[in-house]
Amino acid sequence: MKIDILKIANKKFKSRLIVGTGKYKSMKECAKAIKISGAEIVTVAVRRVNIVDKSKPLLMDYIDPKKITYLPNTAGCFNSKDALRTLRLAREIGGWKLVKLEVLGDKKNLFPDMIETLKSTEVLTKEGFKVMVYCNDDPLMCKRLENSGASAIMPLAAPIGSGLGIQNKTNIKILRHQTKVPLIIDAGIGQASDAVEAMELGCDAVLINTAIAQAKKPLQMAEAMKYGVISGRKSFLSGRIISKFAGSPSTPKKGLI
Amino acid sequence: MNKKNKIKIVVNGKHLTVNLKFSLKNLIEKLKTPINKVAIELNEEIVDKKKLNKIFLKNRDKIEIVHFIGGG
Repeated sequence: MKIDILKIANKKFKSRLIVGTGKYKSMKECAKAIKISGAEIVTVAVRRVNIVDKSKPLLMDYIDPKKITYLPNTAGCFNSKDALRTLRLAREIGGWKLVKLEVLGDKKNLFPDMIETLKSTEVLTKEGFKVMVYCNDDPLMCKRLENSGASAIMPLAAPIGSGLGIQNKTNIKILRHQTKVPLIIDAGIGQASDAVEAMELGCDAVLINTAIAQAKKPLQMAEAMKYGVISGRKSFLSGRIISKFAGSPSTPKKGLI
Repeated sequence: MNKKNKIKIVVNGKHLTVNLKFSLKNLIEKLKTPINKVAIELNEEIVDKKKLNKIFLKNRDKIEIVHFIGGG
């Protein structure tokens, strides 16, 4: 069978599951979950170093950026200026150019501010960043992002951390049809079947954080998501049967006694 | 201690008093910051990590030192 490769900004990945590194009980648990999930890309956030307590463990000590691709995000940024500042700093830490842009506009539901998001995408692309963009599922705005040079379009399935699953399948289908760069469901996944559904709709990958990190058994959920993504992808590629409103026996009638 | 030889700076929102002619390199060493795992901003401008020993801090300078943490 041909190896199914995910290509983002000319980088190749075998896994189609991207995981977030927030909300875990410990960094050890986070590192274990990543390993079990098989993810090759993880999102990370940029924050101040604790200059008072230096004993705090560092993410890089647990997750080796040489083995796992770090995808710096702009979580917590509510305008273009802060998002740009954050990603320029992220690039400075270790030369990262592949980034996740997330400009929020709504503190309650964490919906993206698409005007600020679009502005930031334009600037970052000009500065040489490869921008994977968290966005809403509006096909027009997603097209504008793609035209601005986004390296991946990452619509929400439902609000971040809500676990509601894919709320607007029609829009995701439309997006699948129109999007030439990788289409990745970012946010809203709650259980493995949501990941399967996203992949069956033809998405190129899914990004999951809360559903794994806050599950009662995060490590087991990491495994469930891994297989969910694989299962959904294979199902999508296999060409499903046409659904019909009548039964059709699976067993031949010939030879019936 | 002569106050004239001291300057006040703000690092990650915390006030610090350091000697005159204190460089960013001195600061990083004092804080024992792993330089290859952070990025540094001086008054909202990103600093080239190779030039830390050539940048001397001034009174009221604002420094931000950031790194990666877990996030979604």
